[in-house]
This record gives sequence, C-alpha cells and structure tokens, in this order.
Amino acid sequence: MSALNIKKGSTSHSAYDLRDPNAEVIESHTLAVLVDNEAGVLARVIGLFSGRGYNIDSLTVAEVDHKGHRSRITVVTRGTPAVIEQIKAQLGRLVPVHDVHDLTVEGASVERELALFKVAGTGDKRIEALRLAEIFRANVVDSTLESFVFEITGTPEKIDAFADLMRPLGLVDVARTGVAALSRGI
Amino acid sequence: MSRAMTGARMVVQALKDQGVDVVFGYPGGAVLPIYDEIFQQNDIRHILVRHEQGAVHMAEGYARSTGKPGVVLVTSGPGATNAVTGMVDALMDSIPLVVLSGQVPTFMIGTDGFQEADTVGITRPCTKHNWLVKDTDKLSEVIHQAFHVATSGRPGPVLVDIPKDVQFATGQYKPPREAKTDHYQPRVKGDLKAITALVELMEQAERPVLYTGGGVINSGPAASQLLREIADATGFPVTSTLMGLGAYPASGKGWIGMLGMHGLYEANLAMHGCDLMINVGARFDDRITGRIADFSPHSKKAHIDIDPSSINKVIHVDIPIVGDVAHVLEDLLNVWKARGRKVNKPGLAKWWGQIEQWKLKKCLTYKNSATIIKPQYALERLEALTKGRKRYVTTEVGQHQMWAAQFLHFDDPNRWMTSGGLGTMGYGLPASIGVQIAHPDALVINVAGEASWLMNMQEMGTAVQFRAPVKQFILNNERLGMVRQWQQLLHGERYSQSWSESLPDFVKLAEAFGCKGIKCSDPKDLDDAIAEMLAYDGPVIFDCLVEKHENCFPMIPSGKPHNEMLLGDAATEGAIKADGAVLV
Repeated sequence: MSALNIKKGSTSHSAYDLRDPNAEVIESHTLAVLVDNEAGVLARVIGLFSGRGYNIDSLTVAEVDHKGHRSRITVVTRGTPAVIEQIKAQLGRLVPVHDVHDLTVEGASVERELALFKVAGTGDKRIEALRLAEIFRANVVDSTLESFVFEITGTPEKIDAFADLMRPLGLVDVARTGVAALSRGI
Repeated sequence: MSRAMTGARMVVQALKDQGVDVVFGYPGGAVLPIYDEIFQQNDIRHILVRHEQGAVHMAEGYARSTGKPGVVLVTSGPGATNAVTGMVDALMDSIPLVVLSGQVPTFMIGTDGFQEADTVGITRPCTKHNWLVKDTDKLSEVIHQAFHVATSGRPGPVLVDIPKDVQFATGQYKPPREAKTDHYQPRVKGDLKAITALVELMEQAERPVLYTGGGVINSGPAASQLLREIADATGFPVTSTLMGLGAYPASGKGWIGMLGMHGLYEANLAMHGCDLMINVGARFDDRITGRIADFSPHSKKAHIDIDPSSINKVIHVDIPIVGDVAHVLEDLLNVWKARGRKVNKPGLAKWWGQIEQWKLKKCLTYKNSATIIKPQYALERLEALTKGRKRYVTTEVGQHQMWAAQFLHFDDPNRWMTSGGLGTMGYGLPASIGVQIAHPDALVINVAGEASWLMNMQEMGTAVQFRAPVKQFILNNERLGMVRQWQQLLHGERYSQSWSESLPDFVKLAEAFGCKGIKCSDPKDLDDAIAEMLAYDGPVIFDCLVEKHENCFPMIPSGKPHNEMLLGDAATEGAIKADGAVLV
C-alpha cells in the first residue's frame, strides 16, 4: 500500500479505497472541513450528518480566515471504513465546502480540546482537587470558598481522565469545546 | 460593465443573459415586482401553471427533453412549499432546475409574517444548493452562480430565495461573465490510469455488460454517441436503467433491454452472470441491485460517475472512474483503439449465445384477450402506431410506468421523461406540458395510470390555455395497480385502500377543461381510438379501460437476487419472504 505513495484513505487524489471496505470495524475519524463562511453552511453540514444517519461525536466551528471568509469545521465521527468514505464524499460535494481532510488517516496530527470544570467541596476534597489539577496542568480560573473552576487543555482522553478524577471530589458542571485538530509538520 | 437597476429587473435580465426562453410559475404577493417586470417584456415566455408542483415538473420535462436548465418562479410560503416535491424529484434524478422564490421583506424574516416560510431551511436537503439573497447588489451574481451550480457536475435543482424589498431596491447588475464561479468546478476528465485498467479488462472479458444510466443522457448527446460507438465496436451487450433509456437505441444490435426490478430476464441474468460490469452513469439503485450480497457475484466492476459520492456507496467497485461520461468514454474509446481494438471474440460469441438462450424465455409474454384491453397490448399498439414519429413520452408512476418502459422503444436520448428516483405520482401530466412547450411540433404522450394522473390533473387547464396538444394516455384499471400487485403478492390479498370508487368520467372531464376526451374499452376499437387521439390537434384525455388485475412481470421481489426473478405465469405464492416484505 505504501509503495503506491498514496496517502492512506485519501479521497482527494484518488477514488481508490485502499482499505478493506467490508471490514465491519467501527473507526473514529477526525475530519477537518474547510468551508465558505456563508449563512447556513453549518446547517448544511450537520443536516447532511442527520439526514444520512451519520454520527457526530464532537463538532467545533469558527471562522479561521476573516479576509477569505473561510471557516474550519472539525468533526469527530464514527463508522465503518465504507461509511467514513461516504461521509467524506458527501461532504466534498457540498457547494460551499472547499476541502475535506481526514486527519486520522492523512499522517500524524495533533488534537486538542479545552474544558472547564466546576468542582465544589471543602476540606480534604478541595485540597485533593487542587493537587490533581496541578498534575494535569489545569488552571484555576475562578475560585470561591466552596468551589473552583478549572481550565484544562488536552486530548479528549486526558480530559476524560481528569473528569473521572474530579467526579468523586465534587464535580458540579463541565463545559467542553469539542476537538480542534491540525496535521503535524508542513 | 455593471448597470444600476431594481432587483426585480435584475431577475429578468439575468434570465435573459442565461438564455432562458420560458419560465414556469405562479404569481403571489412576494414576487409581484418580478411579475411586473415579466409583464413589460417579450423575450421570456411565462407559463402560468395551476399548482406550483406542476410548475416544477413542467420545468423538469423541459430540462430533460432539451438538456437546458428548467426555470421556475413561485411566491413565498405556500408557493415555495408546494414546489418542494418537484425539487426533490429533480434532485433524485439529477435534473438541472433553477427555482426562484419570493420571500417576505428582509426586515420581516423571522416574525411569522403573512406567507412566510423558512424556504432555504426547508429546501436545504431538497436542492443541490440554495441561497437567500439579502442584498440587491449580490442578486445578479447569485442567479448566475445558481445556473452554474445547477448545470455543472452532477446536475440538480437549486433555489434562490428573494425577499420582496430586495426586488424593489436598486443595485448594480453583473453580467454572467463577471460572476464568480471558479470555486465550484467538478472534475470532468477521468483518471487515465483507471481508464487504461478498464480497457485491459475489456480486452479479456468473456462476459462483459455495459450497464448504463441517466448520467449518459445528462452528459449530453456526445455521450450517447460515444456509448453507441463503444458498444457497436466492441460488440458488448448494453442494458440500461429506467433513467437511461434511449442513450443506446432500442433497435441497436447490442441492446438487451432494461434491467432492474421489472427489467427483462435476459438483462438481469446478464448482470448476474457477467464477468465484467461497466457502469456508465448509473448509481446502483436498490431497484437495480436487488439483494446486495448476491449482486453480480462473479464480476469485476467499473463505475464511471461524475459524483464521487456515488462510487462505493452501495456496491464496492474494482475500478472507480470519477468524471463526466462523455469525457471518460472518449478517452476509453481512444485508449481501446490505440491498443489495437482487442476483444475476446470466442468469449463474446459464447456470451451472446447464452443471452440469446435467455431471450427465448420471452419474458414480456402476456395473455392477451379479445374482450378486455390488456395494458401491455395498449402500449404495444401505441408503440406500433407512433413508431417513427418525433415522439416524446412522459409517465406517471406505477405499473403503467414499468409497462411503458418495457413496451415502448426509444432510439434517441431525451425522449423519455419519468420520475425514477423519487417515484412521484403526478409527475407525468405536467412534465408532458413542459416537454410540449419546448417542442411545440412534436408528439408528446403521457402514459398514465388514472390514480397518478388525478394527482395533478388541474394542469389540464395549463395545457388548454397554452395550446399544448399533449396526449394523456390513461391506462385506467380503477386501481392503484402497483400497490394492489404488492398487496396480492405480499399482504395476503388484503387490498387495503388500493382502489378508487368514484373516478370522474374522463370524457366529460376533458369537455369541462375544453379539450377532447376519448374512451376505449374494446380491443377491437383501440387502433381507431389511438389514431383519433393522434389526429386531434389539441390536448386529449384518452381513457383506456384496461384489465383491472393485471400484474407487472418480470419482477424481482424485494430482497431477492437477480437470478430469482418472477416471470409472468410463475406461481407467486410464497415468492417473497417476510424479510423481503419489509423492503419497499
């Protein structure tokens, strides 16, 4: 496969599906979708997912190029290899979509998510929460005598792990941004 | 050079600059400024419909029979929602349409104003793309982009929603050449390596089949011409989907008939038994494939399609080729010729021998009657009496549609208009009017069932007003025939709601509309009655009373593979298992 020198899973250069289409394994993929920042474009993208029965595990969207009116939608989705290929092809044919990148198969990438955790408690639990936050490099962005709000950045797995630790220590509320991702290197 | 004008005038100017000669529409409050502009010019003809769904189907008929985009103009709210079915129909069958809708003024959007609906929201999944224009300066460019998107790549319907204040305001008009369209440029040339790989398979194939679809017709006349050249030069058999009829001539030596659920025995068995399947502009619809797991199990498959999302969507193929059919076929033909025009002659001879054996089944055989008109017989006579004429056929949806596809023969593309993907009852009558408007001198026949026909019968008023001499050939079995057939085969002969008790007298109905009505119930009178219909210079409603319980065969029951099709006199009891019954 690598001898062909085609990026694994790439659809922009070749229509060939290089993975076993009949594999029934469910894979998680992070897709970066570059779109014109025009009215209704997000509705178009998420309508495609709901209308065709695809999953969205996480979604982030923001304008990344003010001059060019471009937005970047990062969507984490799940499906069999054939379904993932369909999702990419369906996204690719939307008129305001410029590019679809499957960061999961197109080489290495970095993924980050930001989360805010409100943890309420006193005494030992409060001290333990603060200690664990330090280990996870979470910042305290708000504090009262009975609560902290921590800000944490990392992979979704790291944030999940932090949430698991905070739960017995008085976790009250969580806000997560969803994944932002970029490929490594140039 | 841009010029200042009102939004309403811009709409008309943009249509003129796009070469539009006819618009199908219906006025209302939110499009009055545009109608005022239409009143003050003579370049664009406006066809006043009776219901907005009719307008969209007329535009589809116009588009399919000319290859040009159809244009529709409707008002806000109910005008736009009535157009939705037609837009989905066009989306499923890849028909280029530009639908212009009025909208409440921008400052009223979101206030539940009179005749306000979220038209772009409602039609987002019903169109290839849509726009709400809030600035008159952008209106002309958006309309030009709309034409570009509707007709580029895989064609489809687009909608431009225009608030009333945008129509009244003055802005700068941009001509088509200044409109930005560069970002939407679907690829038309196929990958030469893949094309060469396909040629290699073609040279060796023992049992090849060309499986062609609506994409050949959408690609334009050159694609049909190239398909004919390839099929005739290689000697490969050709079958087609419902949408692709006419791309390869029914009189051509390679023609083995339509495939699919009600396709011909020889075509379906060729699909099942081939060793090389070349899909040209078709999309492996469920009406074609039957049970996926058993679909053509021993073949290598190539798929030519301009839409990358069609490839590997349903059936995994060995050689995908993304590109426009005409471009790809041209390269394919050149590569095949350059490599010495090789085919596997002994293999092909044996394959044709097999196909001839299958043809001996005569799968379209039906039991004729001396006293009752059989629907198949009616179509055989219609075919015989109209053969050789410049003839266009539209259909409604149901048994009559399948019989028309089986018994009428098409030697040219763009002559057959039918609702394939969406299966919209009520399509045929308005579509026939759209075809007739585009081809005033041609013979245009809508082969209909009485139930479908009633769904948009109000459009007879349009036909009479605009002197469109469309022939409505209604095969009247007083039943929802296809529903009845499925109930017989799948639901224990419990005929739930599948017959109509109070049908109108179609002859009197014709008189009420101001056109001609003909009724025929005796096979002996049929030829004369058809001749009378053809001779009449004006619209005709032909009420052909046919056998009420005829079933449409051959039939591949849902959930069955191609080689398990039912033929006419086959015992049908227990033919469809419960797991097949859940499929539509």
